[in-house]
Amino acid sequence: MNLELLGITVLWTFLYGYLIVASIDFGAGFFAYYGKITKKDSIINGLISRYLSPVWEVTNVFFVFFFVGIVGFFPSTAYYFGTALLIPGSIAIILLAIRGSFYAFGNYGSRGSTVYLFLYGATGLLIPASLSTTLTISEGGFLRVENDQVVFLAKELFSSPYSWSVVVLSIVSVLFISATFLTYYADRAKDIEARELLRKFALLWSPPTILASLLVFLSLRSHNETHFNKAVGEYWWMFALSLLCFCLASAFIYQKKAYGTAFIMVMLQYFFAFFGYGASHLPYILYPYVTLSEGVTNDSMATALVIAFVLGLLLLVPSLILLMKLFLFDADYVKGKK
Amino acid sequence: MELDNVMLSRMLTAMTLMFHIIFATIGVGVPVMISIAEFLGIKRKDPYYLLLARRWARGFTITVAIGVVTGTAIGLQLSLLWPSFMEVAGHVIALPLFMETFAFFFEAIFLGIYLYTWDRFKNRMVHWLLTIPVIIGSSASALFITTVNSFMNMPQGFELKDGKAVNIDPIAAMFNPATPSKVFHVLTSAYMTAAAILAAIAAFAILKGKRSAYEKKALKLTMICTFIFTGLTTVAGDISAKFLAAEQPEKLAAAEWHFETEKNADLILFGTINENNEIKNEIRLPGFLSFLAGSSFDTEVIGLNEFPEDERPPLWVHYMFDLMVMIGFFTLGISGLYLVASKLKQWNELSKPLLLGIAASGPLTMLAIEFGWIYAEVGRQPWILRGYMKVGEAATTGNGVGLTFVLFALLYLILGILCVVVLIRMFRSSPAQAELEKRFPNGTID
Repeated sequence: MNLELLGITVLWTFLYGYLIVASIDFGAGFFAYYGKITKKDSIINGLISRYLSPVWEVTNVFFVFFFVGIVGFFPSTAYYFGTALLIPGSIAIILLAIRGSFYAFGNYGSRGSTVYLFLYGATGLLIPASLSTTLTISEGGFLRVENDQVVFLAKELFSSPYSWSVVVLSIVSVLFISATFLTYYADRAKDIEARELLRKFALLWSPPTILASLLVFLSLRSHNETHFNKAVGEYWWMFALSLLCFCLASAFIYQKKAYGTAFIMVMLQYFFAFFGYGASHLPYILYPYVTLSEGVTNDSMATALVIAFVLGLLLLVPSLILLMKLFLFDADYVKGKK
Repeated sequence: MELDNVMLSRMLTAMTLMFHIIFATIGVGVPVMISIAEFLGIKRKDPYYLLLARRWARGFTITVAIGVVTGTAIGLQLSLLWPSFMEVAGHVIALPLFMETFAFFFEAIFLGIYLYTWDRFKNRMVHWLLTIPVIIGSSASALFITTVNSFMNMPQGFELKDGKAVNIDPIAAMFNPATPSKVFHVLTSAYMTAAAILAAIAAFAILKGKRSAYEKKALKLTMICTFIFTGLTTVAGDISAKFLAAEQPEKLAAAEWHFETEKNADLILFGTINENNEIKNEIRLPGFLSFLAGSSFDTEVIGLNEFPEDERPPLWVHYMFDLMVMIGFFTLGISGLYLVASKLKQWNELSKPLLLGIAASGPLTMLAIEFGWIYAEVGRQPWILRGYMKVGEAATTGNGVGLTFVLFALLYLILGILCVVVLIRMFRSSPAQAELEKRFPNGTID
């Protein structure tokens, strides 16, 4: 495997990691707010905050990691995406800032403020939408280069069926992933009432997930046919596996059993879809301006980054395991006894 | 002043950084103080120190949250506002940026564990040990990000050919000549500022009439730390000045309004300057600039006249430099005075003027951090990459920088106000004495 392929695989894996942990977080914020206004907060909000409090900062790092990494491995992405994403990127940062700080204000500062909870819940649905813009732009057609200047075609983006289908998919995915995880977490906590409520959410968001995925496929076909053909031609099996995992997950949740396995299936469902999408997108990072081999950084930096990455993982993986052991797999903590 | 993209990008970057460094400085310094207090509490079996660590940690969570989100903002803004710079620099400095996120990751994991495991371990030392990775993470991320800033001052480890960086040596870029003095100065001044702010809180509480053992112990501990860290910061500042004199003389010369290259150069305190570069109303310390630059009155100090006019930094950085240094010496003096007073029987270390001085030193040190960074950043104008790329060539060409400036200004305003409101409410709703009796009903830690 050459360095640039290794680089993009590492980064893609981190983005996938962010997709999972951030979805849980974003969706949890929404459910917490929904619970509050429907007066069901006593059922689920304690559970949600027990999970989120120790990990919300870690979630944030996954994202920082990805964008620092992509600028490091592929510096030309900074140039194109940086210029194009000034407005959508800034909006995403502001939403992330509101969300992160209001989480802290609400949870550590003044408990039970509905305004804080609303901002926290609402931003949770807007952030995936604004971040998914980046993926949309990477398909090409939303940037033009004129006299060495990058021009962002905002109007095209807002009127594109493809970009809206990606937004819809990202929002329903957030709610689906989050609900399946929280169902599992509530089950571990032996909190039957919370589990039943969250299970309902999971089942509710299951059909829209698959409908939105189909919508993305259809609109991709008219937006970027090369990519579409590669996805269904070479990588159809990954999307087929994704669908299979989805069906298994939904079946488990419907039959009220194996919630842990169901969540793993959901993770696999997104794993296959996300990597199938990524692999079929290559060799382009930003169609048609930045490709994998041309956009990559110099050899010595790439080598240094890979070494730093391996050493960093040796530090991170045990720490993450410790974190999960203490707050995810410790039955007493999950039940709220610690 | 024309509000073009370059100006607006500079203003937005400056605003984000000035807001971020408040929380970044607290984020680097306060974990050290929490760790010291918790260690003392366990070793001396003193519930006061344990409570101190606990309450500091609780307030810290709020500032960390804002530090994280504004840090994310500046991280992304680098690419959004300075895409051409990041395209070139990304080839050279990606390594420390990448390592900074690892350090941040490490800190985030252990901070989460630390905050939620206060009563989970039988042996209290296990919980204290968690402060070590938090300190390592926060200080290491300051270290790595400072190497990036040092690189912008002293670029090396690459060659520029047709606007592209070639022959890259990532390690040489990271460990450029500016790195050691900058890192040392950044770390010590962050520890100093955190200690001084916590001391100011204790002094303020005592001034408001809370004179229990809790406040007195807090004041004593933080004052000792302030004195030590300020001493170290002074040393770091001196090393930095000598470094500038040798490697980046235009920055030091601009700070000191020093035009002619000469030996026995004067140090200028405050004063005013007119458009003919004539200095009025100053306090002149004869020969002291030479002494600052090289520990001897005979040291030759290079003057601004050696540099073409379009490569000189603006002269107003002089005030920033002076204010930073003054506050440093004020804090050193006030913490020294407190320590002397606490040793001498006939002096009262809790006298009102002294307490007022300590209470002032907290916000003042934070201002010194701001002044110091403004001096360091504006002092390398007009360069973004000294000697290679000017700021004007690096800014984005995208539309909407003005709009984003307004949005971020509103965001920081709201976050700043709410941060203060939430912190005050947090501590008012749970007074120290009540919490002490609740957590440690027997007055001992076991």
